[in-house]
Amino acid sequence: MLSAQAITNFLISLEIMGLGMAGIFTVILVIMLVVFLLGKIGGKQEEDLQD
Amino acid sequence: MEFLLSGILAITWQQVIMYCIGGLLIYLAIGKGFEPALLMPMGFGAILVNLPLSGVLDQILEGGIESHGIIQWLFETTIESSEALPILLFIGIGAMIDFGPLLSNPKMMIFGAAAQFGIFFTIALACLFGFDLKDAASIGIIGAADGPTSIMVSQIFDSKYMGAIAVAAYSYMALVPIIQPFAIKLVTTQKERSIRMPYNPRNISKLTRILFPIIVTIIAGLIAPMSVSLVGFLMFGNLLRECGCLNSLSQTAQNEFANIITLLLGITISFSMQAENFVRFETFLIMLLGLVAFIFDSIGGVLFAKLMNLFLKEKINPMIGAAGISAFPMSARVIQKLAMAEDKQNHLLMHAIGANVSGQIGSVIAGGIILYLIPQFVK
Repeated sequence: MLSAQAITNFLISLEIMGLGMAGIFTVILVIMLVVFLLGKIGGKQEEDLQD
Repeated sequence: MEFLLSGILAITWQQVIMYCIGGLLIYLAIGKGFEPALLMPMGFGAILVNLPLSGVLDQILEGGIESHGIIQWLFETTIESSEALPILLFIGIGAMIDFGPLLSNPKMMIFGAAAQFGIFFTIALACLFGFDLKDAASIGIIGAADGPTSIMVSQIFDSKYMGAIAVAAYSYMALVPIIQPFAIKLVTTQKERSIRMPYNPRNISKLTRILFPIIVTIIAGLIAPMSVSLVGFLMFGNLLRECGCLNSLSQTAQNEFANIITLLLGITISFSMQAENFVRFETFLIMLLGLVAFIFDSIGGVLFAKLMNLFLKEKINPMIGAAGISAFPMSARVIQKLAMAEDKQNHLLMHAIGANVSGQIGSVIAGGIILYLIPQFVK
């Protein structure tokens, strides 16, 4: 049988799962956005150099 | 002459088991080529620290004379008090990674987040098995597929299972070519595994390559400050590689430096493999939970790719999602091999490498986030 402490920890771990995955996605999405922007700026600079 | 027998007479059955485990790790390293740089020193170290009255550990000799052991000293100074070895190794890892495939195809970055699901799933499962939150988090982080992160998190949480966690992390990293195909085939159809993805890389300017490690460090540091020692050193290594004016430092970080740290890390971590801490039922459970973590990382990545496919016109081969774990470059190679097994003309390697290097970033961010979150819930 599961102890009360184990069930409490399990419920907390579900909250940690939600917060943790949300945190990782947030950081990665922000980095992704910056990389997209860097790509746009880099691409534009290259075009300017070619012109 | 009785003193010559004192060592033999002091051997316990638990230590004999540790000699067998040490021998097995050495066999896996030399005979099977599984992560030899880590498993061989760990296997040899497991034998060293379990010899009775071992001189590599601190001992109190007769007459109260203190003898200091080299492995205990290494552990206390380079792992226990500073986490220096696992963190320093990230400089070498960062210098080895070319983020180019990721920068030219940033969409793949999202899988570096999705494939960390196994970490949190395993934390929840470990709690159900009765581990407290700190130990559960230390076990879950095996799913980061990243040995130094696992060692660092378990050390900061003062987990008594660090030895088992390190062995599980490195063993399963070596077993990625066996674990991932099994996990991927569980949740994909042959048709899905055959999806082709065109690869149209764009040129990445030098400025972008230089700015990338700096920006990632700042973003990760601002949003998840506890991840900054891991992310920061990873990105510092990468900046050495990309700056173009420190080639000899970059080469040193990738080769001699990383080799020395790896060698020391393997033998030092064996301190936590002393029989009284290692030979217990929980070690078996940790090995099992570590496997679950790797499987659910892969499943998490694949299912997220399938979810994305519901909204995308150009479908993603869901196997790419599984490459979002940190085991680089093994995972990307596994995906390529699986794709070729379904369709000989299907080349997914560069997409998979993009997701795989993102996994490196995702795993260290996961480590930092766990280091921040767990203490909030532990009273």
